[in-house]
Amino acid sequence: MNLFDIIGPIMIGPSSSHTAGAVRLGLLARQILGEEPVKAVIDLYGSFARTCKGHGTDAALLAGLLGWRPDDGRIPRALDEAEKSGLDYSFNLAETGEFVHPNTVLFHLTGAGGRYGRIGGVSLGGGRISVNNIDGFPVELSGELNALLTMHEDRAGIVSAVSSILAEMRINIAGMRVFRRQKGGLAAMIIETDQPAGQKVRPIIAAIPGINSVRLINSIL
Amino acid sequence: MEKILSLQDFVEAAAAQGMSFGAYALKAQAVELEIGESELAGQMFECVEVMRAAARSGLRGQKTRGGLAGGDAQKIFRARAQKSYINITGDIVSDAIQTALAIGEANASMGKIVAAPTAGASGVIPGVLFALEKPLGLDDAAIGKGLVVAGVIGLVIASRASLSGAVGGCQAECGSAAAMAAGAAADLAGGEPAVIAHASAIAMKAMLGLICDPVAGLVEVPCIKRNAAAAVVALTAAQMALAGIKSFIPADEVFDAMKSVGASLPPSLKETSAGGIAQAPTALAWAKEHLHAD
Repeated sequence: MNLFDIIGPIMIGPSSSHTAGAVRLGLLARQILGEEPVKAVIDLYGSFARTCKGHGTDAALLAGLLGWRPDDGRIPRALDEAEKSGLDYSFNLAETGEFVHPNTVLFHLTGAGGRYGRIGGVSLGGGRISVNNIDGFPVELSGELNALLTMHEDRAGIVSAVSSILAEMRINIAGMRVFRRQKGGLAAMIIETDQPAGQKVRPIIAAIPGINSVRLINSIL
Repeated sequence: MEKILSLQDFVEAAAAQGMSFGAYALKAQAVELEIGESELAGQMFECVEVMRAAARSGLRGQKTRGGLAGGDAQKIFRARAQKSYINITGDIVSDAIQTALAIGEANASMGKIVAAPTAGASGVIPGVLFALEKPLGLDDAAIGKGLVVAGVIGLVIASRASLSGAVGGCQAECGSAAAMAAGAAADLAGGEPAVIAHASAIAMKAMLGLICDPVAGLVEVPCIKRNAAAAVVALTAAQMALAGIKSFIPADEVFDAMKSVGASLPPSLKETSAGGIAQAPTALAWAKEHLHAD
């Protein structure tokens, strides 16, 4: 925690968890999808559902999906802007669900290239967030650091191939986690890096046999 | 675990170097953040500009997003322009009330604000600092320096207690904002370093025990008017400290007491809307009509 956490952030009100945190969740979901979202079905749980309109949570989530940041003055108009830009959206205010945290959202996104993504996350308070589910993989991603997300086949050598490419490009790995549903199936890997990986790295990693997709996730702070 | 800070340490370090609290805070924080003093001052200046714009936009009188509040800052602004206005608080306090309400309403209307220390308590510090602009002849750079003082006090409180209503109740949000604003006001008025700590301690003591009970979970009732009240508490505390009145309990111990009071508060009084005025019949009736049930 530093001075700028106390005097700041500059943000669109009214709530750091229900508004600023919601923008960040949308922004992270957009980057995880890795394509321009054209359709979004958004399930809201707990107090996200209860104070949705009053705290502008709906507008904030869409603003993030449009790629805006928590201090963007257009956030109150995000519903209209989403419509204008061709993002077909709908909200489900869920009574109960598989999630327990009071500020939970589940995005069902379709990208311009046809990719589908199911991304779940929570707003933890003070604008801090965590994405905890990507396409059924239980993950943990705060968005505080730059990150790479790969979807790949669960087999020997992939993790080390990716990390040696990053080492060659002088990108330091701050944290790394691998998730899989079952042995030998599809796996996901999240690598947090101190330096942004950049577009140059993406095709090199994507060319590794067994890698299905690579997505660059910029820090949302 | 982050390091536990002491306001007394800051006071002693500033005094030892013969500096005002504000000048020392700016120097020490620039070192801490590994940036130049002018860059830090520049960032604070930007915050002052955002606060100023929010204060202006809040006077337009728009309804808040949740629909529970709005238009009150404009009411006091217009009332003051009337010849018939009975000015019982004087202009400085009236300015503080007006600005705190305006920023609270701007926040609740999805306006751009500086969360200082939180969005829900964002009206207190600018309410106090802008009210002192004319009487003390402050420019925006000076107000920016006041924000550094406020920020250092906030860092101390965050390290010893909490700035979150869900953890400590409203005393952690509006109470901390009042303690931060009181110290900043005392510094901008030329108080010695020790005076800043006394102002801060006196303000926090006046806010101890304040619960967080937002009607329908929205940052509107009672939050916006509490911002105005907290700004006035801050001015009161700064005025006492500048007259040489000391807090019998040192600031650090007051912040520790705020933490333990927060821990003693039941969850129903910490931002859950399960107690306090959030459970008043009028609040429940409104929530039933306007909110999605869960």
